[in-house]
Amino acid sequence: MKYVTEFRDQHLAHQLAQTIAAEVDPSRSYRLMEFCGGHTHAIFRYGVQQLMPPNLRFVHGPGCPVCVLPMARLDQALALLHEYDVTLCTYGDLLRVPASGRQTLLKAKAAGADVRMIYSTQDVLQIARTEPHRQIVFLAIGFETTTPPTAVLLEQARALQLKNLSVLCNHVLTPPALRAILTPSLEHAMPLDGILGPSHVSTIIGTAPYECVPRDFHVPVVIAGFEPLDVMQAALMLVRQLNAGRCVVENQYRRAVSAAGNLRARELMARVFVIRSSFEWRGLGFLPDSVLALAADYADFDAERRFPVSVITAPEPSGCDCPAILRGLKEPTQCRLFGSACTPDHPIGACMVSSEGACAAYWTHRAYLAPTAAAET
Amino acid sequence: MTLTPLSPAPTAPLDLVHGRIDLTHGAGGRATAQLLDTLFKPAFANEWLAQGNDQALFSVPPGRLVMSTDAHVVAPLFFPGGDIGSLAVHGTINDVAMSGARPLHLAASFILEEGLPLADLARIVASLAQAARDAGVAVVTGDTKVVERGKGDGVFITTTGIGVVPDGLLISGDQARPGDAILINGTLGDHGIAILSQRAHLGFETVLQSDSAALHGLVADMIAAVPEIHCLRDPTRGGLATTLNELAHQSGVGMRIHEAAIPLQPAVIAACELLGLDPLYSANEGKLVAICPAAQAETLLATMRRHPLGTQAAIIGEVVADPLHFVQLRTRFGGERLLDWLTGEQLPRIC
Ligand code: SF4
Repeated sequence: MKYVTEFRDQHLAHQLAQTIAAEVDPSRSYRLMEFCGGHTHAIFRYGVQQLMPPNLRFVHGPGCPVCVLPMARLDQALALLHEYDVTLCTYGDLLRVPASGRQTLLKAKAAGADVRMIYSTQDVLQIARTEPHRQIVFLAIGFETTTPPTAVLLEQARALQLKNLSVLCNHVLTPPALRAILTPSLEHAMPLDGILGPSHVSTIIGTAPYECVPRDFHVPVVIAGFEPLDVMQAALMLVRQLNAGRCVVENQYRRAVSAAGNLRARELMARVFVIRSSFEWRGLGFLPDSVLALAADYADFDAERRFPVSVITAPEPSGCDCPAILRGLKEPTQCRLFGSACTPDHPIGACMVSSEGACAAYWTHRAYLAPTAAAET
Repeated sequence: MTLTPLSPAPTAPLDLVHGRIDLTHGAGGRATAQLLDTLFKPAFANEWLAQGNDQALFSVPPGRLVMSTDAHVVAPLFFPGGDIGSLAVHGTINDVAMSGARPLHLAASFILEEGLPLADLARIVASLAQAARDAGVAVVTGDTKVVERGKGDGVFITTTGIGVVPDGLLISGDQARPGDAILINGTLGDHGIAILSQRAHLGFETVLQSDSAALHGLVADMIAAVPEIHCLRDPTRGGLATTLNELAHQSGVGMRIHEAAIPLQPAVIAACELLGLDPLYSANEGKLVAICPAAQAETLLATMRRHPLGTQAAIIGEVVADPLHFVQLRTRFGGERLLDWLTGEQLPRIC
């Protein structure tokens, strides 16, 4: 377990920072997007950006599962609670995310709805078994990291023939989101020079799914761990690729990620889930083939079939720049609500809720009184 | 003439192996009396409880009295390093002791959920009684209520403690002064991370232990060596970060903390990396923050390190003048950032 401490070593950090400063080409800029909320958190918690030369900037990506869930899906969960007397289980971060009219699952819970915060899908199984008279709905969210546990839950539910458990599936896929970020569009006029790829997600899916990024978009990818030194090391690897005119997928997080990923987890996911043809992401809009739905064998456990609700899609809260922040177009400090109307105590957008959200990370680890440098545009 | 006394004992003895709490245990009748007589009274046995009244009558030593109360809810009820019973004793004793007081007595109320296994209750009561005995305090009065299934989380325990503060001490959250040193008695986040990794079903090889402990003995040594201590506080919920912010606010000062000086267990660091948690915001149940004049800091540190609950004590920062009462952290990487209050709850990362 000792390596974690070593990875936080200040001395190493300074050496790396010096190497990066020496190797960057002063005549160009390096805009590197860290995909995951875990990276964003590390960058802020340890002040990694301050250690970088001024022409190297981290752009925060959409890899925070809570942040990309569109409000309509939360409204759907709330409607389900309202219309059917079910027990809704989900991960804690989601409870505080504002839905339409600043309603949250936490408020619904306080008003009497049966909402339970769980730490693992095994908690859901436990609840379903000990409370057979209740209908238990698991509001499943997350990227490929949290998908295998949901798949295990569904297999268990089927084996046990549980009639009171269903899943409202919002498991999203990383590669389509990456493609959406990189696809040039009018509103997305800021090109990215490199991508720090997901660490935990890649332990499941491997590095192969990213090969399309250098091939189709000419942007190099380095899979990076969540420790601050991992992030710096990956930044250096990207700088070296860019300086040498190389453009490939590299793996900094070798201690956990292999090219093929976790075969067993991938097989399990393939058995339990199918790809849904279209799904709306907050900030990224409707993306084709970007989310998982339950496979035909598991259709009985699909909460959307068992408890149909009609939801009117609500617009995002006005003034909230989450969509632009999730695309890397804006920095949190450029949102006029940041730090005034919107703080982690009173979040307006999802990016201010989870510690993986860019706005929350920015606010929580802000520097003392120092006005945050405006994003270069 | 001799009268045969009516047997006060209900017909069937309590089944402490397979029995469960039901609503009659809280109805105030025979079943309640049986529960108290079999389970609670023998465990806590002391002269004040033996008075058999609804209140405990005792005389108090001269000096100023302090009183504190704490409601304890924890899931799981049993965790590595303790359970809700020992926690209920340590939590309240520590709150009393943070004034510099010697704790005297405790009161304990139990809210039991219908269906709670009696075996679990017996374990909890025994653990609470043992923790009180180890700490040299008596549970002199108490109460038990039963709520319907689904209206409680197994057991809730509220404990209230009183203690006496020796003359001449002024230990209070508003006494921190610029220039003072900030000390901690050991590794941070142990309790919170132990509980969360249990809940997240992390199969760690080495099980993380809660640091739950009664700190009044350590406090007694500390005030004997350095009576000039300005503040003492136990960083429980919200962790070190929250406690430092509270103290900074109360005293109207700022603080500078050195992250590299903060003691952390390697297993806690590893669990935090895995779960995406921050040990500085995680609960502790056997830790205290002490603030004292810089001139006494080394003496205090040496005293703490001599005590079994302070072997890893460290000076972690200093109090500074700051009209905005900010707590700043110099990170391991050499950067400076705010160490803000905890918002919401500490939750495992799902990314
Ligand atoms: S600061 Fe708040 S309102 Fe602004 S983009 Fe972030 S979450 Fe939305």
